[in-house]
Amino acid sequence: MADTVPILRIEHMTKSYGEKVVLKDASLSINKGELKVLIGPSGGGKSTLLQCINFLIKPDRGRIWLDGTEIIRAKGKELYAYRQKVGMIFQDFNLFDHLTALHNVQIGLVRVKGMQAKAAKERAIHELDRVGLRNHMHQYPAELSGGQKQRVSIARALAMDPEIMLLDEPTSALDPELISEVLDAIRALRSSGMTMIMSTHQIGFAGEVADELIFLEKGLIVETGPPAKILYDAEYPRTREFCSKITELYANSSS
Amino acid sequence: MTESLIVLYGALPYLLRGSLVTIAVVAGAMMLGLVFGIHLAVGQVYGGRWLRRVIGLYVWFFRGVPLLVLLFLFYFGLCSLLQINLSAFTVSVIVLGLISSAYQSQIFRGAIMSLPQGQLKAARALGMSDRKAIALIILPQALRLSIPGWSNEYSIVLKDSAVAYALGVMEMMARAHFVASRTYEHLPLYFAAGFLFMILTYLGTKGLRILEEKVRIPGYSA
Amino acid sequence: MNELFFLQPDIISALTRGLWVSVQLIIPSSLFGVIIGVTVGALRVYGNTAIRAAGDAFVLVFRGFPLVVQLFIWYFGLPHIGIYLTPFAASVLGFSLCSGAYQSEYVRGAFLSVKTGQTMAARALGFSGIKTILFVTLPQAFRRALPGCGNEIIYLIKYSSLAYMITCIELTGEGKIIASDNFRFTETFMVIGAIYLLLTSVAAWVIRRLEGRLYIPGFEQYS
Repeated sequence: MADTVPILRIEHMTKSYGEKVVLKDASLSINKGELKVLIGPSGGGKSTLLQCINFLIKPDRGRIWLDGTEIIRAKGKELYAYRQKVGMIFQDFNLFDHLTALHNVQIGLVRVKGMQAKAAKERAIHELDRVGLRNHMHQYPAELSGGQKQRVSIARALAMDPEIMLLDEPTSALDPELISEVLDAIRALRSSGMTMIMSTHQIGFAGEVADELIFLEKGLIVETGPPAKILYDAEYPRTREFCSKITELYANSSS
Repeated sequence: MTESLIVLYGALPYLLRGSLVTIAVVAGAMMLGLVFGIHLAVGQVYGGRWLRRVIGLYVWFFRGVPLLVLLFLFYFGLCSLLQINLSAFTVSVIVLGLISSAYQSQIFRGAIMSLPQGQLKAARALGMSDRKAIALIILPQALRLSIPGWSNEYSIVLKDSAVAYALGVMEMMARAHFVASRTYEHLPLYFAAGFLFMILTYLGTKGLRILEEKVRIPGYSA
Repeated sequence: MNELFFLQPDIISALTRGLWVSVQLIIPSSLFGVIIGVTVGALRVYGNTAIRAAGDAFVLVFRGFPLVVQLFIWYFGLPHIGIYLTPFAASVLGFSLCSGAYQSEYVRGAFLSVKTGQTMAARALGFSGIKTILFVTLPQAFRRALPGCGNEIIYLIKYSSLAYMITCIELTGEGKIIASDNFRFTETFMVIGAIYLLLTSVAAWVIRRLEGRLYIPGFEQYS
């Protein structure tokens, strides 16, 4: 891969709710253009890890560097600036329900980046075009299919020019026939060189596109490695067990 | 019978001018209640423990004390105690507005809490401050959902505004009673006033229904 | 002496007298209100077309007219057709009818919210129409109507102060007299307000307790 300085590095990320530890001392780093995929059972901490990275969940402990600069005060302007550089895709899309597709993409540009409305509109249309939804730009979220909603949310994140994107089970809330259109959009992102960390149960897709798989269970990063190793030759029995189960389960459904 | 009608016909312009006073009192109170109510609701949902507690007390107080008592307290009591000279009209607007803000805050609070959590998360993830997220994402949705409740609140404030008569505000009820005690045609005049209130209720709620339809988001239901 | 103003025997006895009148206004009015509400509410659901229309008209007028207007009609208006009511009687009449109209809305909504499958099941077991309403519909509707009807009673406590406007001297009226006689408006109305606050809070607490007592797991309170 291109750079030696990782674009994002996190160390010793820990989060617990009362007694229950949901993330234990997680560390990872990712270089520009890489795609790392978090796998593991539901409730294993994948979503918590991703949301800790952009401070939607405040970690109890842990350090984060973006582009070699540590995010020290995760508050106010510094936090807002950081979040602009870290795009996020949610499992249940979270499009703003009162705004059209176009305005969903535009609002961050105008209200967060301070762009002129006209330039922002052009940019928004361009991003919607990229995900193939130019013709749907005047529709409201409730008028779009799940796959279309997720593509709008990808456009919304991309419009902010993020340096890295976090994708939290982007296809889990979709009907099976709508999954592939979102996976295609992610593939296109990948080939355009976007850096991404993604959690998913689509193990086939993960094996195909990921540079590295990260197996998380009970809040702990159990094992990390290239897809071939994790999927077929994992070191730890728990990883092997999970991977064999999930490949069996998704063998027929994933294309 | 004819005599009553003649009196009524003569008094109607006078009553209708009173309806303008009623409308002014209600409009002022509803607007004050709207501005305060939104802030109270936001504070109650997103504020810290102490802020929430203070707002809770405010709501409890203004929902628990009768309008008439508050009108007397503010007009005869606080105004002279604090040496401020406010007209009965102004005091009525303020008191009705403060009470309404307590009720409106609960309408807005319910609407805000009915929105999915993800809306705020997505706004934050884009780099919005909480203030921006609430103003641009949460409130536009919550206020739309609040229109039916707001319409109900309007019809209550409208009817309550008749109590301002107790301070001598010359709104519809006061005028009806004034003419009634001169002409001795109580029943026709009270019924006329009552029906005028019903017409104002109808017009207001109808207008709000049109507004609700106008700002409705296609396909959206929460 | 200043601080002890509200401890003077005549002040205390005036406030107690006022409070007692208020309570005498509130309790019968809320009882009549509930009775009217349940009757009108049930008639508006189960009555024939004419009865339903009459019920709707009743509710339209008594919810549409401000309560002050209604009180004035009963007290200043009725003498014109030869009916003379005391301020107290006019107040109870006005409160009961107005409250009943509002109550009937909650009762009607509650009856309508009981699923048709429930009455069908009762009929299938051989319940008569009346028995179905009594043993199946009513217990469910009652629970659904309770929060709204309870709120209405709290409103009634507050609105009972309007009796003062037709010269029925209850708590607010006694307060007004004390305040004017002694030029102590702020303190007096603070005390009066606090008494109402106590009444409404106790009522709210009782209603919440009652709701808790009648709670059925999984039964939706609000539909």
